[in-house]
Amino acid sequence: MTAPLAFEGVEARLGERRVLRGVDLALAPGEVLGVLGANGAGKTTLLRVASRVLRPSAGRVIVGGQPIERIGRRALARALAVVPQESFVPFAFRVGEVVLMGRAPHLGLLGFESPSDVTRACDAMERVGIAALADRPLSGLSGGERQLVMLARALAQDPEVLLLDEPTAFLDLRHRVEVLELVRAVTREGRSALVVSHDLALVARFCDRLALLAEGRILAIGRPAEVLTPERLRQAFGIEADVLAAPDGSPIVLPRASAPAAPTGADR
Amino acid sequence: MRVLTRRRLAGVLGVLALLLGLALVFGLGVGPSGLAPGDVLRALFGHEGGPAADIVLRVRLPRVALAALVGASLSVAGVLFQALLRNALADPYVLGVSGGAALGGILVLGFGSALGLGYGAVPPAAFAGAVITTLLLFLVSGFQGRLSPTTLLLTGVVFNAFASAAIVFVASLAGLTEGASIFLWLIGNLSAARADVAGFVAAFLVLGLACALPLARRLDLLALGEESALQLGVDVERVRRVLLLATSLLVGAAVSVAGLVGFVGLIVPHLLRLVLGPDHRLLLPASALGGASFLVLCDTLARSLLPGRELPVGAITALAGGPLFLWLLRREQARRLAA
Repeated sequence: MTAPLAFEGVEARLGERRVLRGVDLALAPGEVLGVLGANGAGKTTLLRVASRVLRPSAGRVIVGGQPIERIGRRALARALAVVPQESFVPFAFRVGEVVLMGRAPHLGLLGFESPSDVTRACDAMERVGIAALADRPLSGLSGGERQLVMLARALAQDPEVLLLDEPTAFLDLRHRVEVLELVRAVTREGRSALVVSHDLALVARFCDRLALLAEGRILAIGRPAEVLTPERLRQAFGIEADVLAAPDGSPIVLPRASAPAAPTGADR
Repeated sequence: MRVLTRRRLAGVLGVLALLLGLALVFGLGVGPSGLAPGDVLRALFGHEGGPAADIVLRVRLPRVALAALVGASLSVAGVLFQALLRNALADPYVLGVSGGAALGGILVLGFGSALGLGYGAVPPAAFAGAVITTLLLFLVSGFQGRLSPTTLLLTGVVFNAFASAAIVFVASLAGLTEGASIFLWLIGNLSAARADVAGFVAAFLVLGLACALPLARRLDLLALGEESALQLGVDVERVRRVLLLATSLLVGAAVSVAGLVGFVGLIVPHLLRLVLGPDHRLLLPASALGGASFLVLCDTLARSLLPGRELPVGAITALAGGPLFLWLLRREQARRLAA
């Protein structure tokens, strides 16, 4: 089966800096892939390259079997949706209006939304649990609520692939779990998701696979327990950490307080 | 949930068109010899002729029509700048783009005759001035789609000061300082407006609207930020280029007949957004109609406020726009701090 999204030897630069240095990565259909890494490791850049905001300096990105330069922007927007970190929106757009903007790639150029577009937007708000906010102006919401609006907008876009940039950053614990549960549920419909996050424990629990990014390369990829090892964490984050196991076997990373010490028996 | 349907669009625009009609009849009736609405309509649509028809058709109609065209152009340009810069404070006057257009126009007025250019060359020159100023604005402010209000404001202040100085300088060199014509250009007014450029202004307005209207939904997406717009399928670079063309056409047209009429592009879109919401598919055409009504009323006020004398219409719009601008600035800053 073709991968819904694949990176082949992707390199990317921001000015002089090489942010990605040859990334090979393929998202499997129906999978949730977590991308972890230190600040500046290239996680957000990976999403920008995948959504054709940034052109790779080498290598290529394949969406649904086609190189993305050959897919029109609007067609790409129907295949792939991004939940961004930033959610500042000027003017008093209401929540429902912003979610409805997710339908834009499906409309004609002068398009007005049809009742079925409105239904889809309402469904998306329902799923994310923000239906009650539909008529509130976006600017009056908290950071976490705005994040949920952006998620609903991406769902309304009805994409094959969902790219999420730290979707849980401003959320409380319950909403974090709900968002990740929702992403899982969405992938059961045959979509795939790529989740960038700093929340190691939660991502380890909800993702099928994790990819650990360090200095623009993929340091490790595989099942959470294979990827999150003390040695890899040292390489990727420059920290000493103990990795414990939850009752279900998913790894819990616990950084040590200060000066590095020799690995202990807690390592597996 | 608020959803824009074709029906709502048609309804709102119908009401605004009706209001514009009323404003036009009112503007045509007010003057040294006041005319009742019935007289105005008879003069417009009857074929009797007579002194009332002369006043309405020959004296007042050119001016009222120009006020409507200028108001529509400036309001639509304001909406476009606000969408482009994601900032409700953007307005061709505040940004200094009107100033650049005026400088272009003055250059032709002052030195054009030496090159064999007539009055008809003023609108194209004002258009060129607007293009150059907008490009400079993007360049200087390090275009990132999210300019801080402060950067925007300071850049505009500097552009305006520079343009005003250059206008006075050029006018002095060219000997245009006689009388009050330069003063009137700088404050913005319609009393010296020449009917022979009305066609130009109308054409520029139609062209500008034709460029901008098909992009309306993309302007909504642009509000989400440049990256999100790209990710929703918007060719952001192309939209910017088309908008540069559209705003420059609109501002060039308005400035070449009325000089620097300030704040129209700030006041009208702001009031309409309060009532109609920010959806650009509705806001853009509504601003054209609303802006036309607004400036017709302002100019009627300017003509009739002081008996026997005229105020420049720019003084009226600035008196209303200045305080509104300060209020918007405060609110914008609070919003950005919260975001």
